[in-house]
Amino acid sequence: MGLGRGASRGLRDLPPTILSSPKVGSVGRTGSWRLSRPVINYDRCTKCLLCWIYCPEGCISRAEDEKPIIDYDYCKGCGICAKECPMDSILMEMEEV
Amino acid sequence: MARVVIEMGNYIASYAAKAARVKVVAAYPITPQTQIVERIAELVERGEMDAEYVCVESEHSAMVACIAAAALGVRTFTATSAHGLTLMHEALHWAAGSRLPIVMAVVNRAMGPGWNIWPDFSDSLSQRDTGWIQFYCADSQEIFDTIIQAYKLCEDKRVLLPAMVCFEGFVLSHTSMPVTIPDQGDIDEFLPPYDPGWTLDVDNPLSHATITPPEWYMEFRYLIQEAMENAKRLIPIVDEEYRRMFGFKHGGLIERYRCEDADLILMTMGVMGSEAKLAVDRLRNDGLNVGLARVRVFRPFPKEEIKGLAEGVRMIATVDRHTSFGMEGFLATEVKASLYGSKNPPLIAGFIAGLGGRDVTFHDIESMMRKAWDWMEEGKVEKEVEWVNLRW
Ligand code: SF4
Ligand code: SF4
Repeated sequence: MGLGRGASRGLRDLPPTILSSPKVGSVGRTGSWRLSRPVINYDRCTKCLLCWIYCPEGCISRAEDEKPIIDYDYCKGCGICAKECPMDSILMEMEEV
Repeated sequence: MARVVIEMGNYIASYAAKAARVKVVAAYPITPQTQIVERIAELVERGEMDAEYVCVESEHSAMVACIAAAALGVRTFTATSAHGLTLMHEALHWAAGSRLPIVMAVVNRAMGPGWNIWPDFSDSLSQRDTGWIQFYCADSQEIFDTIIQAYKLCEDKRVLLPAMVCFEGFVLSHTSMPVTIPDQGDIDEFLPPYDPGWTLDVDNPLSHATITPPEWYMEFRYLIQEAMENAKRLIPIVDEEYRRMFGFKHGGLIERYRCEDADLILMTMGVMGSEAKLAVDRLRNDGLNVGLARVRVFRPFPKEEIKGLAEGVRMIATVDRHTSFGMEGFLATEVKASLYGSKNPPLIAGFIAGLGGRDVTFHDIESMMRKAWDWMEEGKVEKEVEWVNLRW
């Protein structure tokens, strides 16, 4: 099922409606068009996890020690994490084009 | 045991939802539909109906709640009228596109302004292209039977589409007639529990109705068209199966009355299709070979059956309780389209009548038919679209 690469060839392979099983990256690396990149300064980070809560893309994960880790394959560079960080520990750096 | 009740059409719709063992009802009151959901609320509150009744703040939310419930795999019902139905419009597309077999009673009421609570089909017919199956009823027994039949049809894996069971406000909704409610055990046998093809389930996560790129969108639209064609084939079968179990039959896609050997056939929908029987009988007594075809299902449209019906017929008169501004009545348009390419097609005259609840009596229908008969004899339709009893 699903419309990802090679899953279905014609309408006889399709379910009656649009159903897809959630899968990381089924429509590709959607962070490729990011203009600026959030970079966490872990020396300042207090692991409050506000960035993790606010990221609209769900692309910040928690390491075992609760350290926030950004997945740049999907981060859109919106800057919300940087705006919300109470420690100003996230800096938005321009991506190189 | 089957029992006969004498209640208004709206309550009959509530009893049908109960008999169908509907599990979720999300609804918002609007005249002339309100008693349907009021009675359901009472039944749920008294513990006589095992369903979740969801109070919502608008009809749009009612439909969205029904979509969510149906996607969780339970039988779902709602009811609305006029402005409530048109407020749902966006969500109607979602329900059909998501292939959810929701059944909704639509108590037909004219759209404002002029503000009007009386019946015509301007509410449901303007939802024609949303992908919903549309039934139109002519009496209260048919309301009950069609709601039960609609679940059977819509939940069929070859269909999986939502359906509106439409009936005219006040004329049917607030009129009491005797209705036979079959034995619950028999209804359960006719309509087994809903077996969804997929459900939303946190343990087995699935996204539903997500973004569909140009490479695939058309294929899903084609599948809806195919499901409509399947429904067209299955509706007469379901109606016949219902007749075998319960004794009531409503004509499948089209109810025919004295159509054999008819030169002139009147085509209409809803209660005008009951009233017209009197007019047909009177004209037959006068020696005019006339018949009546009541189109019971407007989507999918029974075009093949209409083509067959029109063979050997010299004249068809359509009576629409609705108009498409800038064109003509929907039934007139669809009947003409159905007959495209027929050999010796009949003449067609379109009458517009009964808008905003104006009464259409058998006398009115008789005069329309006499007029159409004269045009047939002259071999020329004098007026392609005639608004009946207009006060000039
Ligand atoms: S920039 Fe936006 S998308 Fe990227 S990690 Fe921060 S909040 Fe998430
Ligand atoms: S919001 Fe700032 S301080 Fe809090 S976890 Fe994220 S980076 Fe660290």
